Amino acid sequence: MGLLGKISLSSILQRIFGKKHAKIGIYGPPNVGKTTLANRILRDWTGDIMGSVSEIPHETRRAKWKKDVKVDNGNSSLTMDIVDTPGISTKVDFKDFMNTWGLSRDEAKRRAKEATEGVIESIKWLEGIDGVLLVMDSTQDPFTQVNVTILGNLEARNLPVLIAANKIDMDESSPATLKSAFPQHPVVPISALTGYNSDTLYSSMVKHFSKKRKKNRR
Amino acid sequence: MTKKDEGIAFNLISRQKLGGLGPDEKLKFILKEVKNGKILVLEQGLTPVEQANLIEHTMKEIEQDTFIGVEMEGYSEDRPTFLQKLFGLTNRPRLTLIGPANLLKMIKKDNDMIQTKIIPGSGAK
Repeated sequence: MGLLGKISLSSILQRIFGKKHAKIGIYGPPNVGKTTLANRILRDWTGDIMGSVSEIPHETRRAKWKKDVKVDNGNSSLTMDIVDTPGISTKVDFKDFMNTWGLSRDEAKRRAKEATEGVIESIKWLEGIDGVLLVMDSTQDPFTQVNVTILGNLEARNLPVLIAANKIDMDESSPATLKSAFPQHPVVPISALTGYNSDTLYSSMVKHFSKKRKKNRR
Repeated sequence: MTKKDEGIAFNLISRQKLGGLGPDEKLKFILKEVKNGKILVLEQGLTPVEQANLIEHTMKEIEQDTFIGVEMEGYSEDRPTFLQKLFGLTNRPRLTLIGPANLLKMIKKDNDMIQTKIIPGSGAK
């Protein structure tokens, strides 16, 4: 089969004009503000929200998604299916929910069990997405294994990633630390809570996730 | 001999040992050792895909009263050079530390050092 036989018309157009539709996963460790950001995006572009938020880690324990969210940056637009994923963690201790957050033993155990299932679901979603909005807490150490593992997986699959350095409304935030930790990826400082700098984030999402990438899935 | 007698096992695993195992065998070996309260130093760490698989397996193995998960810290692969990319070569993962989360605590990690603490008596079986 000749070269042209393997290339569809849509892939040629996509290569020239970029993507118009993409499935974007919002990823990150627990409690970095993934659902707050998902709610911010949906509220701004659809008037809807994605889910409830809480200070207690692992509030989102099942992936939620919203289809056909059209984000416009003035010059171009991108329609996205936004997937809000449960926080990825290497450990889940039900005693943390009891001792730190005052949950009853039964409630804590149930939450922990659901949290482990949520982590598995998040990892499985990595197979089906076109790009990732990786949310990091700019008040925390960025070199966590979860961040490194997620980024490594995205790089191995050659998927585009945009890092949202969240919580810059807090005094101790340091988005510059995130930028220097992961210089190979674009970092946008934001506050999902207040909406600060969300316009820059939307513009970056349209620009970054519209790009045609050669997929290299393992 | 009990744990109290023998202290906390801290095992350096050679890259030949892990390299000789298939993907599933490798993860099973690591999880079995960690669930038994051992801290492992892998001479050659896991690839990002293997790390994600290890997290997935760990979540399936969590037993709320005895095993709460793993602490895993290492450095990511060096970025391949232009020539390596050209010939389709990738760098191998670097040294990685893995242990039970109720025993091994990460204190600080930056580009130069991974600082951890072992809390004796709290986790190893």
